[in-house]
Amino acid sequence: MQCQICNSNEATIHLTEISDGVRTEMHLCESCAAEQGIAIKSQIPLNELLINLLAVQPGDDEMLDPSKKETVCPHCGFTLDQFRKEAVLGCPKDYEVFEKSLLPLIEKAHDGHTSHCGKIPTKVPTDTKKQIEITGLRQQLDAAVLAEQYERAAELRDKIEHLSRGPKGTGEHTL
Amino acid sequence: MKLTDISNNINEWFNGTGPLADIVISSRIRLARNLADYKFLSRCSNTEKTEILEKLKDTLMTMNLGDRVFYISIDKAPPLDRNCLVERHLISRHHAFGKGPRGAVIAERESFTAMINEEDHLRLQVLRGGLQLSACAEHINRIDDMLEKKVDYAFSPRYGYLTACPTNVGTGIRVSVMLHLPALKMTNQTEKFFNAARAMNLAVRGLFGEGTDAAGDFYQLSNQVTLGICEAEIIQQLEKTIIPEIVEYENQARRQLLAKDTDILDDKISRAMALLKNAHLISSQEALFLLSHLRLGINMHDRMGASTPAIEQLCKLTDTADKTGCLSISTINRLFMLTLPAHLQINYGKELDPTHRDALRAQIIRQALNQENS
Repeated sequence: MQCQICNSNEATIHLTEISDGVRTEMHLCESCAAEQGIAIKSQIPLNELLINLLAVQPGDDEMLDPSKKETVCPHCGFTLDQFRKEAVLGCPKDYEVFEKSLLPLIEKAHDGHTSHCGKIPTKVPTDTKKQIEITGLRQQLDAAVLAEQYERAAELRDKIEHLSRGPKGTGEHTL
Repeated sequence: MKLTDISNNINEWFNGTGPLADIVISSRIRLARNLADYKFLSRCSNTEKTEILEKLKDTLMTMNLGDRVFYISIDKAPPLDRNCLVERHLISRHHAFGKGPRGAVIAERESFTAMINEEDHLRLQVLRGGLQLSACAEHINRIDDMLEKKVDYAFSPRYGYLTACPTNVGTGIRVSVMLHLPALKMTNQTEKFFNAARAMNLAVRGLFGEGTDAAGDFYQLSNQVTLGICEAEIIQQLEKTIIPEIVEYENQARRQLLAKDTDILDDKISRAMALLKNAHLISSQEALFLLSHLRLGINMHDRMGASTPAIEQLCKLTDTADKTGCLSISTINRLFMLTLPAHLQINYGKELDPTHRDALRAQIIRQALNQENS
């Protein structure tokens, strides 16, 4: 749909106004909307988006039993309610403590991804490293199959098999 | 080292050199890291924050980072110094005006910063001129690897590097490029660029990051997804595919201006020149906006051999820094940076009210541009 004012740009802002029972619609591009004094936030910070998402989504405990007290992190005393207000977590353990509530948000913020792929600290035990690498390769394999890149998919499958068969690490390092 | 040692000059990465530097001003990579044995900053007392700060500062200052570094205690620095560091892209606004004990380890050549106690315990940053994401990645990884041997990072096999905000979890990497896209704007094509960026899960921000406008046709493009995509993939995609494509769009728009819309181009350049050479009061926003058009004209002359009446006129201006040549990009970039509010005041030696700042800015620009060859 084209912008009603400049008739050249794509209309990305759609306004519906109901005044005295009369409904009017406007379809504008961002620059014409700005000229009309309609303030548009072209980029909503992700933090803000997350808070909004959490605000409309009650926590699991609240859904099951509204009278139940909210979960408190035993390590830092943090609650989901505080996360809704501040958009930052209290400690690294919160990822486990509030996993059920955080997972849908993590999924939304990261385009559907829910597990790490990439750099791993050298101090992480070898077995854990291998598991993370295999998870990452599986994700890449799925993407390659989806994109019909079968040669790449075969390479990835072989890598996964090789890693799965390899000798087990000593696991002497701890994080 | 004092801030006045660097505030008189532009950063090395802002001198107009580097691959595709006419359109890609700079490449930046940030890594978010937290120490395993501490709470995130929102739950830390000032004592705990000081402990984290001292631990990371001592570790960084005793490491061989490859460059000479200096340390600035951000919470104790005057607001003007903090603003100056933000203007130089050395620290974030959040770090400059956050709460509690915090500091920054900065390389003297300004290619590297470690922000301690920003939103996370540590935010490492590497900056280079032009499109140099792989080089940034190599540099930041080297420092991250060294650090990791001395401290324990908060890491989970499932979620990767754990960060205070779940939007950064995983790799904790934020890969950004600063782009100068004046021709896309003049040909009304920026919306296409925004839509394409959104479709690729990339964030578009203004010159100074989150919440700032795209002043002077400068845009920061960065990845949003940090979980489930490895660092190399994000960098490769941006460096080899996305950014070269955007650069080509901008170049196409520049060619279109030359072929069909010379009047639009010349009008913008001539107006910018006339105002900058004659105005006695200029706000920083207006300066960015007008200097952007001069930057476009010079780059089109140097890189595309463009020769319109306004570009010819622009190239008659002598460079005050280099009397033998015409106005150079590094001089324009110098004007961009040294006329920003905090830079103006630090270099002047005292705080100035907005009107006096606008007058000083206009004077500096007039002096730089009113030296025509005869």
